Amino acid sequence: MNKPANQKKNKTVRFQTGIQESRRAVSNSLIEKIARFRNTRALDSVATVVITMLGWTAIFVLIGIAGFLIHSSIRAFDEVGIWSMIAGTDWFPTSSDARFGFLPAQVGSVWVTIVALAACVPIGVFSAVYLSEFASSKFRETAKAVIEFMVTIPSVVFGLIGLAVLVPLIRTYLPVDSGLIGLTAGLVVGIVCLPTVISISEDALRSVPNELRHGSFALGNTRWQTAYKVVLPAASSGVFAAIMLGMGRAIGETMVVLMLAGNAGIIPTSPFEAARTMTGTIAQETGEVVRGSVHFSVLFALGLVLFVATFIINLTADMILERSRKKWRR
Amino acid sequence: MVTAQRQESSQSGRFDIENVSVSYGSEKALQGVSFCIEPRRVTALIGPSGCGKSTLLRCFNRMNDAIDNVEVEGLIALNGEDINAKAVDAVSLRMYVGQVFQRPNPFPLSIYDNVAFGPRTQGVRKRDELDEIVIDSLKKAALYEEVKNSMKKHAFELSGGQQQRLCIARALATRPGVLLMDEPCSALDPISTGMIEETVQQLKEIMTIVMVTHNMQQAARISDTTAFLLRESIEEPAELIEICDTNTMFTQPSDIRTENYITGRFG
Repeated sequence: MNKPANQKKNKTVRFQTGIQESRRAVSNSLIEKIARFRNTRALDSVATVVITMLGWTAIFVLIGIAGFLIHSSIRAFDEVGIWSMIAGTDWFPTSSDARFGFLPAQVGSVWVTIVALAACVPIGVFSAVYLSEFASSKFRETAKAVIEFMVTIPSVVFGLIGLAVLVPLIRTYLPVDSGLIGLTAGLVVGIVCLPTVISISEDALRSVPNELRHGSFALGNTRWQTAYKVVLPAASSGVFAAIMLGMGRAIGETMVVLMLAGNAGIIPTSPFEAARTMTGTIAQETGEVVRGSVHFSVLFALGLVLFVATFIINLTADMILERSRKKWRR
Repeated sequence: MVTAQRQESSQSGRFDIENVSVSYGSEKALQGVSFCIEPRRVTALIGPSGCGKSTLLRCFNRMNDAIDNVEVEGLIALNGEDINAKAVDAVSLRMYVGQVFQRPNPFPLSIYDNVAFGPRTQGVRKRDELDEIVIDSLKKAALYEEVKNSMKKHAFELSGGQQQRLCIARALATRPGVLLMDEPCSALDPISTGMIEETVQQLKEIMTIVMVTHNMQQAARISDTTAFLLRESIEEPAELIEICDTNTMFTQPSDIRTENYITGRFG
């Protein structure tokens, strides 16, 4: 009984010493303590097991989420059918003759994502080119810090600003009845994705070896020619991966679309119509739905579609990124 | 004016260097260097690591512009014209003064596109004209026979030595009058080194070559003139100790420091 408690205590001590070691505020007695622990083989193997288990946890959680989504969607698959959901055009979840077609939400998500990418890809890639090829290192450091800070701003804040600024502008200057349309949501989602695209593209551009830039300068190319003829093509796979990750972020974005897209239940034919997205639908309806009902299960099926879509996009992006990282390890 | 020079590129390619000093920020790396580089000869710059050979070489095509904090003073005249004058465009200067780097740095493009890169920047668009330049440059760089059936192959598929010869071909494609080589063989095996040395021997018929090398046998083998640079202590900037005919330098150096370096007593 006493032993596990003791072990636990040891672990916490070790953890603390670890922290202090990393802070380089190590007194002599601590060095001795750490040395003693390092010499203990049993503890070493325990640590290996713990770390391995923690490493696998992330993978188990992912599998668990997928399994849970599938399990919860089974009723929807049985009673509604997978095709009448994925290819169904009507979304009337609460009427007596309930229809559970995902197309309005899927098409809405696609429009919002297209607008978001159209807004953030040019700005994002050009910013990255500027930061990596033209900006002074001082400016680049500052800008990168600001951009990384942008990631931490909750998207609801962007939604709020969009609601206050962009919605009236769009209603005034575009021939639409309401400012709450796919375009508005897409533009703000684009801003939300911007840091991802800039930061990862910039990393890709910076990983292109300087020797290539010098080779291009030596052939009489200007900085700008070098950027678009040599550096950008050399980093193209990394930049593409950055765009893919931005796209994954855009599809998954919930709060902004919930606030700005208008959430109409029809299939939008253009971004100038009110739209609802997959994420918005789930967020809006899970609060009201009867637990265990078909509708409840259908929302999980929708979540599964979203999960599969973002999983494929992110996996592809990661694979491309990994390949582009290897390219320069000569 | 530089454009005019390009047309008569086979005629000249002479550098006059007068009292050139280079500093990195507040630290002076090179001081009071004066000499001249004769056209259509191979000039080797030798000296121990950190003696400013590469720094000096980069002055000749103003590649120091691309590095922050570098200041070049003194006069560097190419065919009688100050290359640091405001009227001279670094971009056209670099087309006339080509450079080959220490490590092969082909662009991530096909073999053909690598060589055609410079001419395309110069505005050559016609396919047959480009073909002619590419083939001619590859032949001069002694690579044509090996790649003539695989011009569309990615440059990274070539071996290190082939990549370096590709980089030479790429530099030749802009029809330069001067070719700067910064230790072009230091990353290569002896056979590739031999091929590049042979190429250099042929190229000096048509252009001026300035080569930085760590390898004194190489300098002795291929250069006509040798310049010896030395930084005597860490506080002092490097200086040009001696420049003369290669044979003279390696047989009867006039400065004791040159003799010590050549005979391997230090460095």
